[in-house]
Amino acid sequence: MTAVTIRKAVILVLGVLCLPACSTVEPWVKPYEREYLADEIMRFERNPVSSSYMIHVYQAREAARGAEGGNGGGCGCN
Amino acid sequence: MVLKVVMVGAVAVTSIRDTCLAGLCLLCSGLPTVAGVLPDDRADALYHSYDGGGVEITGPSVLVLKNVGQNFALSGNYYVDSISSASIDVVTTASPYTEERTEYSLGADYLHGNSIMSVSYTNSEESDYSANTASFGISMDMFGNMTTVTLGYARGWDVVGNNNDPAFSEDVDRQNYTVGLTQVISKKILMELNYEAITDEGYLNNPYRSVRYIDTTSSLGYSYQPEVYPNTRTSNAVAVRGLYYLPYRASTYAEYRIFDDTWGIRAQNVKLAYIHPVSGGWLFEAHYRYYTQNSADFYSDLFPRRDAQNFLARDKELSSFDSNTLGFSLSYDFVQNGWRWMDRGSINLSYDHIWFNYHDFRDLRDSGAPAGDEPLYKFGADVAQLFVSIWF
Repeated sequence: MTAVTIRKAVILVLGVLCLPACSTVEPWVKPYEREYLADEIMRFERNPVSSSYMIHVYQAREAARGAEGGNGGGCGCN
Repeated sequence: MVLKVVMVGAVAVTSIRDTCLAGLCLLCSGLPTVAGVLPDDRADALYHSYDGGGVEITGPSVLVLKNVGQNFALSGNYYVDSISSASIDVVTTASPYTEERTEYSLGADYLHGNSIMSVSYTNSEESDYSANTASFGISMDMFGNMTTVTLGYARGWDVVGNNNDPAFSEDVDRQNYTVGLTQVISKKILMELNYEAITDEGYLNNPYRSVRYIDTTSSLGYSYQPEVYPNTRTSNAVAVRGLYYLPYRASTYAEYRIFDDTWGIRAQNVKLAYIHPVSGGWLFEAHYRYYTQNSADFYSDLFPRRDAQNFLARDKELSSFDSNTLGFSLSYDFVQNGWRWMDRGSINLSYDHIWFNYHDFRDLRDSGAPAGDEPLYKFGADVAQLFVSIWF
């Protein structure tokens, strides 16, 4: 990894770490309005072991790879 | 001797890709799940089966996820691919073979405020390929928990072997960079945006695989020589996904991904799904996926002569093709409101059929056709999963 790449990565990480400073932004979907989003049918990965397997099936037979998701996030209901 | 070389080579045709990509799967699974909240305690036991193009792959996958105290979660995954192959590569140049790949993964999550930091490590072993991958990720909830941002980095160290040459040993280094954003759009819409860059450096081709070239002195009209790949590859992928809660209790899912790499490959895929719960603890999902890619710059089904160019490939995964997948899954919650130590339990069945259509990879089993005029190859694959999930 070059010094430039490391510098970019550090700047990116620091940028993300500073983002909560903007967290005074008023959420337009209130916590009590998230009953639909909290439903299990609104999860990107309901079954992680199955999702990982299907990613594996496709990656082994296709040239494309990456950005399969799994970074989570969701309704913020908890 | 040639037969043996190509036969064992066929092992790597599937297994090297599988092993390399296992690390990528780990990166996905090793990244944080839901920022600000540790994942639920759960255990999954899955049996998978792939049958298509003369290749059968079966095996178990077991995943256990357990919180330790308020701020830590540990996970472990055991996965096996038992491969029995008589693929088109094998039947045209060698003999069927069997192979097994075993993979172990360990991960840990640490929750601090609205952030989760994750580390994971995986090891994958088979007779002629060893892969180790370590990953780190950070995930943060922000803007009233409406936005989740994730960053991830993974490093892989692979060792490529050759079953015909015990002295053969080559390295591959791999680095993955991921950025993800999950956003609550409205009361009924969730969106996810992901970017991933992957760089590989080292011995990237298959030590056994061959390309074919026109040879008028051969009775077939062509002969074979070893393939040669570049020693580096960098790829970029961007994907956007969305979930929409319908006016009744059901949801739809849509996904679009675009990909390119320094080998000249561009690919896109689209996936649509419909998820419908049914009373009594049943959940039904139907989905469709379309994928298309063009061939690598150095790919050819039939090169005009030996050593026609610096880099040579006839790997059908680097050819131009498209695929269509139609599938469904059905799950039933056999424990819905807790029973003894279980909070919830479900049994799940999933089936997918994939149609592969190759645009410039020919089926050499039709030996009657002149070289280069053989029919294009296509095949269908059945993918089945049966798994039990328990939350505790």
